[in-house]
Amino acid sequence: MEFKTHIRVRNVNVFYGKEQALKNVSVDIPDRRITAIIGPSGCGKTTLLKSFNRLIDTTDGVRVSGEISVDGENILDPKVEVTHIRKKMGLLSQKPYPLPMSIYDNVAYGPRIHGIKDKKRLDEIVERYLRQSSLWEEVRDRLRTPASRLSVGQQQRLCLARGLAVEPEIILGDEPTSALDPSSSQRIEQRFLELKNQYTIVIVTHILRQARRLADYVIFLYLGELIEHGTAEAIFENPKEQMTREYIKGIIS
Amino acid sequence: MQTKRLLKDRIASKLMLLLTVSSGLIVFVMAFGLYQRSRPILAIKPLSELLFSTSWHPLRGEFGFFPFIMGTLWVTGVAVAIAIPLCLLTAIYLSEYAHRWVREWTKPLIDLLAGIPSVVYGVWGVLIIVPLIKDYVAPFCGTFSSGYSVLAGGVVLAIMVFPIIIHVSVEVFRSVPYEVREASLALGATKWQTVKHVVMRKALPGVIAAIVLGLSRAFGETMAVLMVAGNVAKVPSSILDPAYPLPALIANNYGEMLSVPLYDSALLLSSLALLLVVLFFNIISRVILIRVERSIQ
Repeated sequence: MEFKTHIRVRNVNVFYGKEQALKNVSVDIPDRRITAIIGPSGCGKTTLLKSFNRLIDTTDGVRVSGEISVDGENILDPKVEVTHIRKKMGLLSQKPYPLPMSIYDNVAYGPRIHGIKDKKRLDEIVERYLRQSSLWEEVRDRLRTPASRLSVGQQQRLCLARGLAVEPEIILGDEPTSALDPSSSQRIEQRFLELKNQYTIVIVTHILRQARRLADYVIFLYLGELIEHGTAEAIFENPKEQMTREYIKGIIS
Repeated sequence: MQTKRLLKDRIASKLMLLLTVSSGLIVFVMAFGLYQRSRPILAIKPLSELLFSTSWHPLRGEFGFFPFIMGTLWVTGVAVAIAIPLCLLTAIYLSEYAHRWVREWTKPLIDLLAGIPSVVYGVWGVLIIVPLIKDYVAPFCGTFSSGYSVLAGGVVLAIMVFPIIIHVSVEVFRSVPYEVREASLALGATKWQTVKHVVMRKALPGVIAAIVLGLSRAFGETMAVLMVAGNVAKVPSSILDPAYPLPALIANNYGEMLSVPLYDSALLLSSLALLLVVLFFNIISRVILIRVERSIQ
């Protein structure tokens, strides 16, 4: 399979204080595919994901070196404006965190902070992205109620709609189904499979079966090091490294 | 031997229970005592006259508390108006922007303000704030003021409530889950947008509680205000006029002029009113804070 690269990662090192969380990671993340970052907990999966939208900057005592290019722009360059990078990427976190406002305002929040004020356009945006995250039918009559009243599964779909509403190119998911029940998880996975035609999707997951179901491309990290990366087929059917083989078989975790 | 040991244990625990209960009961005992002693004046004068008459002539038997109530409200109002923006911005800075070490150094320093005896604030007010108002603020506004004024009381009081409001607000802001900020930042919001639309909104009930807590401190504060507010029994008409807040009235007169009939009863009535107002504010803010804590868990 031929891939076009969307995110290019070169020699990325991340330190939290004295501890090194990522060691010289280089990888290309393909455009409009689902990439899964797998590996045992504490191996740097989330760190790698959060360096893509520089949310990692907000951690105390963090140092990042290397180069991450998105659309040819090195986003680790200190001169880059961070809000514009983040607008390109929607984030789904482990647990859904709706903003403390109504369902409508949650989706409209992103477009509003980026300057859209027109009521009719906002209405359209809210409807379109709630439909795209398959929540519209369930909430169309109560758009003005606080988002916190939704079920956890609905909240996660709302967070997806909220992220899509700023029209990103990339969707980042940090174990996005780990707090959800099986049927809600399935709905989120289904959305991902539909969305990959339009978006580059990167998810962190510790569920190997989920990676198998979704991923086109897989990155395996172990203790901050990139052990192996390749197409899902190559990684799952024919891993080159001993460690990858053992992880996939469940010998190391 | 064995029974003696157990007996001691039981006595100790009962004794401690008794002490705990009695310290809790003191509030009620005080409120009841004040009520008992203020009954003579309540029996003669209608409450509306006591609260709304501006005529304060104890020797003629006229006890209108209105100037003092207004004095309290003016001074407290000015204090809160000064304190709210300064405290909120400080709390936001400390919780959202400041480096960890700045926060760790500044917070104890601000908390230290709470430990300064109020008479020291009073002296400081007399030496610094009062002359400042007399020589600069009043001429600038084109009027005359002795400096002993609502504004002086408000400024001193504002500084006294800083530590409470800042401390509680910082705690409230820090209790907003980090991931909610992350969600907003991840959409490309700036830090200020995140603070304004998300953190503030989530923290609002707690911030209100912090302010009410500061307010209840301001209401009852006596010494520092008494020293700088001027103590003239007249409803102030501007912040440069002197004021005579209730606590100052009680402190200045109780024990001095008790030969005047009903004077004692009138002062105790105002003490009761003060106690109830402060109690009420405290309860409200505690209830809000408890609810905030629950909603976070």
